[in-house]
Amino acid sequence: MEKKMDFDKIERRAASRKRAFTAADYVLLTVWALMVLFPFYWMVLTSVKSYGSYNGEYIPRFFTLAPTLQNYQDAFTTVSLGRYFLNTIIYTVVTTGLMMAVIIPAAFAFARLDFPGKGIAFTLFLSLMMIPNELVVITNFVTITNLKLRNTFTGLILPSVTSVFYIYLLKENFEQIPDELYKAARVDGTSDFKYLTRVMIPISKPTLVTIVILKVIECWNSYVWPRLITDNPNYYLVSNGIQEIRENGFGRENIPAMMAAVVVISVPLIVLFLIFRKKVMAGVSRGGTKG
Amino acid sequence: MKKRSMKGWLYLLPAMLFLGAFMVYPLIDVLIYSFEEGYNSASQTYFGVGLYNYSRVLHDHYFLQAVQNTFLLVIITVPLSTLIALGISLGLNAIKPLRNLFQTVYFLPYVTNTLAVGLVFMILFKKTAYTDGLINLMIQWFGGQSVDFIDGPYWAKMFVLCFYTIWVVMPFKILILTSALASVNPEYYSAAKMDGTKSFRIFYKITLPMISPMIFYLVITGFIGAFKAYSDAIALFGTDLNAAGMNTIVGYVYDMLYGSSGGYPSYASAAALILFAIVLTITCINLMISKKSVHY
Repeated sequence: MEKKMDFDKIERRAASRKRAFTAADYVLLTVWALMVLFPFYWMVLTSVKSYGSYNGEYIPRFFTLAPTLQNYQDAFTTVSLGRYFLNTIIYTVVTTGLMMAVIIPAAFAFARLDFPGKGIAFTLFLSLMMIPNELVVITNFVTITNLKLRNTFTGLILPSVTSVFYIYLLKENFEQIPDELYKAARVDGTSDFKYLTRVMIPISKPTLVTIVILKVIECWNSYVWPRLITDNPNYYLVSNGIQEIRENGFGRENIPAMMAAVVVISVPLIVLFLIFRKKVMAGVSRGGTKG
Repeated sequence: MKKRSMKGWLYLLPAMLFLGAFMVYPLIDVLIYSFEEGYNSASQTYFGVGLYNYSRVLHDHYFLQAVQNTFLLVIITVPLSTLIALGISLGLNAIKPLRNLFQTVYFLPYVTNTLAVGLVFMILFKKTAYTDGLINLMIQWFGGQSVDFIDGPYWAKMFVLCFYTIWVVMPFKILILTSALASVNPEYYSAAKMDGTKSFRIFYKITLPMISPMIFYLVITGFIGAFKAYSDAIALFGTDLNAAGMNTIVGYVYDMLYGSSGGYPSYASAAALILFAIVLTITCINLMISKKSVHY
């Protein structure tokens, strides 16, 4: 009987230790979650404070009782935020669309077609994956400048319409589609192109969506190339726009309006992420590069 | 047969054209640029061929400053972010309720514009005439001295840069490590529990070896990513990084190419190739270490 009591006690102690551990775990996880969320909170909060009240606060307040949307209006009227936004959308849509048109056939050729020199071509492709962007940007900058394509969408878009990595990712996916389907299609007299559009693309839709999402994130956040290639504000993307705003928009001190612009720029991707949460996370863990 | 062979190349053609024009040709060209001395981008002429560009870059005060900043950033952020991410992933792995919510929140920095959120960090840390800024306020609560993190002493600027870099790279690391932890076969844990193994021992003997390939993957990509740091610094300190003393190697390359100090593609090429050599060396060392100590 006594032995059983002891056993209960040990079990209870283990359980309470486990509870304490879990509680500590939740506390730590919450701390990091707050660290992640706080900048977002601060940016939204600052964006709804009025100019006067923000600059009147020597000690910043954690909330505001008189939220205003004036800053959002300022962000769109004082600087051409709407323009930057539209540019980024055009840039993102065209780049992603062109890229898909280029990489799908390439991946198809590597995955399904037989042609002489395929082995060597693929090895060369793979070795290109190791080349960092920083090395090629210099010449591309000179090329685009010499072609007089600075401050044009063509100049912005052209260098980023191929990605060796995405071709590789897609090729791996195409190869998983059973060969029998292809043979059956050939017997039926289906052309390669028809097979690609009618069979392979529909089957690979999840991977294609993943690639599109990753490319959209990349385009939306791209900064270096657009900065090199545009100095005319009419062609700025949001990243360059935000940097421009920081350097000399709003008369430097209008931080609430600046934060309103930051909110406007951040929202589209956050919404996209919340809608496609699973796909984005799965895609990034397979093909993400940032970090 | 001949018709089909043509076809394969036809499908590859667009990709090859773009890669040829914007990757293969630039790669050769950057090498040539880096050896051409006294290249003039207006007249496209040069005096001679040699290593002058490299020696000029290596003796440039700004380049050495950039190298120092980049190395400090790498040495501080890579181990720290990997360790914190490991801790958070272990914490996430141990809970069931709210796990999805936490994962979603932790991922947010990945999908935000680095430059935009960098501005928020700047106003949090910056000290102006109107306000000391929130972070300084907190330091004062705990009885500390306020510091200007954006225009102040070097260590303070370095701290913000590291802090922001870690904040930015964390989502990717947490994501990779949580999926690695989730894929460890639960039977190992059951077996260990049966034997009454202590939890630290389980971690050390089962979890860590099982996820070690992924940890090394993160260390390697982390090194590569941190060596290429640039937009984080731009976001915090503005476009004139040399004046702020916070330039990075990639920043130096772009400054040489374009902007007020630009117009020198030869120096930019030499600096970019030096960066490439550094990254390649470090990656090879990493791979050698990982071959020895990673369990497969």
